[in-house]
Amino acid sequence: MKKTELLFLKEDVDIPYNWAAGRYGSLFLTRLRDEGKFIGNRCPSCGKVYLPPRVVCGPCFTPPEEIVELGDTGTLVSYSVVNYPFIDPETGSRRPIPYTLGYIRLDGCDTYLSHFVDETDPAKLTPGLRVKAVFRPREERTGRLQDVLHFKIVD
Amino acid sequence: MAQRVAIIGFGQTRHRSRRDDVNGVELIQEAVRAALEDADLTLDQIDAMIIGNMDHFEGVNYVDTWSVDGTGAYMKPLLKLTTGGTTGTTLGIAGYHFVASGLFDTVLVVGWEKNSESDTTGAIITCSDPIFDRFSFSGALPGLAVEASAYMKAYGITQEDAARVTVRDRRHGANNPYAHLRTPVTVEEVMNSPMLSWPVKLLDICPRTDGAAAVIFAGERKARRLAPQPAWVIATSVRHDYAYFHDIDYTRMHTIEGAAKELYQYVGIKEPLKELDVIELYQPYSFAGLKWIEALGLCPPGESPRLLWDGVTDMGGELPINPSGGVICTNCIGATGLLRIGEAALQVMGRAEGRQVPNVNLALATGFGGAFWSDMMLLGRRPW
Amino acid sequence: MTNVAIVGAAQTPYRRRRDDASLAELVHEVTVAALADAGLEMGDIDNIVTVSNDFWDGRTISSMAVMDASGSSYAGGKNVSTVEGDGTFGLFYGAMRILSGVYRTTLVVAHSKGSEGDPMMITNSMFDYIYTRPLGLEFISSCALQARRYMDKYGLTEADFALVSVKNRRNALRNPYAQLAGELTVEEVLASPVLADPLKRHDLSPISDGAAAVILADSPVALRLGRKPVWLKGGAFCSEDHFLGDRDLAEAPALREASRRAFEMAGVTDPFREIDVVELYDACSYMELLWLEEMGFCPRGEGGTLIRSGETAPEGSLPVNPSGGVLSAHAVLVAGLARVIEVVLQLRGEAGPRQLGPKPVELGLAHGINGPCGQSHCVLVLGA
Repeated sequence: MKKTELLFLKEDVDIPYNWAAGRYGSLFLTRLRDEGKFIGNRCPSCGKVYLPPRVVCGPCFTPPEEIVELGDTGTLVSYSVVNYPFIDPETGSRRPIPYTLGYIRLDGCDTYLSHFVDETDPAKLTPGLRVKAVFRPREERTGRLQDVLHFKIVD
Repeated sequence: MAQRVAIIGFGQTRHRSRRDDVNGVELIQEAVRAALEDADLTLDQIDAMIIGNMDHFEGVNYVDTWSVDGTGAYMKPLLKLTTGGTTGTTLGIAGYHFVASGLFDTVLVVGWEKNSESDTTGAIITCSDPIFDRFSFSGALPGLAVEASAYMKAYGITQEDAARVTVRDRRHGANNPYAHLRTPVTVEEVMNSPMLSWPVKLLDICPRTDGAAAVIFAGERKARRLAPQPAWVIATSVRHDYAYFHDIDYTRMHTIEGAAKELYQYVGIKEPLKELDVIELYQPYSFAGLKWIEALGLCPPGESPRLLWDGVTDMGGELPINPSGGVICTNCIGATGLLRIGEAALQVMGRAEGRQVPNVNLALATGFGGAFWSDMMLLGRRPW
Repeated sequence: MTNVAIVGAAQTPYRRRRDDASLAELVHEVTVAALADAGLEMGDIDNIVTVSNDFWDGRTISSMAVMDASGSSYAGGKNVSTVEGDGTFGLFYGAMRILSGVYRTTLVVAHSKGSEGDPMMITNSMFDYIYTRPLGLEFISSCALQARRYMDKYGLTEADFALVSVKNRRNALRNPYAQLAGELTVEEVLASPVLADPLKRHDLSPISDGAAAVILADSPVALRLGRKPVWLKGGAFCSEDHFLGDRDLAEAPALREASRRAFEMAGVTDPFREIDVVELYDACSYMELLWLEEMGFCPRGEGGTLIRSGETAPEGSLPVNPSGGVLSAHAVLVAGLARVIEVVLQLRGEAGPRQLGPKPVELGLAHGINGPCGQSHCVLVLGA
């Protein structure tokens, strides 16, 4: 075949979705919105406390029916300062960088919550730091995890 | 088992960061033709086809039906599988079951991706839970960076140790004419490359690649007739566990430990470092080349840097890892796991040319994806 | 092919929207129910096939959402794979994983929430982005082309199609799992709003949320369990061309071929006389007639005569879609498993008020499709 001009078809597809949070997710998010509180649920078999609360403990295949109230403070387990640009599917535009993604173990919980940490200097970050959730004002909360603005270091 | 199964053919495209000269269907066809040619088969000798990729990288729904002109699956049984990064190994494992079931004798498996056709990070982010993970998640990299930082702290691992892994794979990749990145790099170059997500730098991670791979599985009688030395499938194992990224225990690589244990027990492998002859490890970034080979049982936790610096995993070492250059040199995601299987098969068949490890009796191929999931396929010179 | 049996089955009721359940909650619901139906526990299941689609779920690696819920991380983890396509294809792969001799009990679980995404855009995405997607083709308009071509070629009428809707929505009155049920008249169907000529509102299946699970076992396990096993007697799947312009939409050669192979495997020579119940994928009314022709239940072009004869009503000699079919509930991907489950219930004699009889139901057919206008078909023959 002869050389030909190579063309592209550019398309910005944005398929809208309406995801149901379900029973446990809705319980978690309404408590977050209305009371500024985190909840998890405990597996009666292995005792593990899950956040977000969920329908089943995977390793035990047992419903963790006991709802547990968690603190708004926790420990930074691990983190990364993100320093590369990318299109955020949540907004369709570039997410501002740098920002810090943290894995936070809330007091009383066994799994981590992934959220932002309000510190982007690697020198000031280390695993084990104590952090605390900073909530949006009550009237701005809509029942999403972003009702928490970020976590701040309290050490 | 209805019949034993072997790999008798493997084809791959020339992998590049962009393949503007072909669309997805044409890219797929390139790999299919190469595999058929490799096995000296024609399309009408293929009984069934299996295809996989990650839908949102190209924005095509029902890729199996869309790509029929590329696979040649017209009037054939056709199945689509997808499990994220593990897609390629998931496909290979399905090829094995298709033939082992006795329902099909010759099955062609295709994995492909045109990562250049979308914003890869944007597409990967949509794999996270839309309600609990997605707003803060930023693609594959920070999850890996989180793993790396926890591992470094636990065992005193340095960034230079990880750089040595990149150096190995890039050196190996220079031997592979199909690899996307074919130039060797030094530890200094890795250390001086831009920091992307601490402690992971540009040269620690895999590239984004356009490419496809196809592997042909056959039943015992056909394999013996068609291939001078087939690559026999000995066993497979899979661990896809967590649903949320923040459930993962980053201090260990549980899914590799679990999948390897199942595989080793089945075959009776006690000292993998001695008993395996080559590994094609789905290693998306350099730090995995340390921690994950510990999870494979090649050495105790924290001691992998010694294996790397001593050249144990280099070509010519006791257990070469990634003679192809691995994922660090080529990462067309839906094909990546299948490339591991195909390259491991070439090693067993003794047809890996410039990247051949001598006298391979047992070759291990692994897959990685999803929320730190693992797949494995063990290939051997003799049927199990 | 008599050594794989369905030993457990469960489905959710199909509803327009299930706000009370996330995908994991849906999958957990049917997994627990299918285990109970089989008299098994999660520890008895040795491998899992999940079925999902990244576009419908709005999530890359859609299976990630349901890994815990399907039991994949139970007690150190199970071997799991994920099919992206109709549930019948997932079931067939699950059966192969037993026929391969590697596993003994497979859980196959499918989920879908049509309510969460945009079905028009999602089904538009299955068309080729260069040639057909820009035309705006999606599920309804492509089906309308097929219906029109079918009418033109064989002289069927919109009233013939309407009779299918009347029958299936009436059947659904006796199925508590169905979403749409009612006593329609042909006039009402014909007078319902035209969506894409010749298809009208009542010619089309609804948008549904739901999940279904089936447990497969090899014969020693199946015979040990108390419940009457339903045997997979035959099965096949096949795909044809993708571009609608490459096909004669009034024909479905892939279905013809899949049926031929499945019947051959099951030893069926005269399907009309031997098959006691058919559950097929009637995503639109006309499909029931076209699919029946291509399965060989009547000569080509005689689908209209067949529906007018009343033979496909529950009291006829070939009951088709006694559950109400896809026209009464259409959770995409799940719908094929819903067909299987209805056949299982009929074979077990557990279909309640819609149980067929008085002649015992001994052999049934379940059918699923993938791709535009039924490009790829799976046919399963199930027997008591």
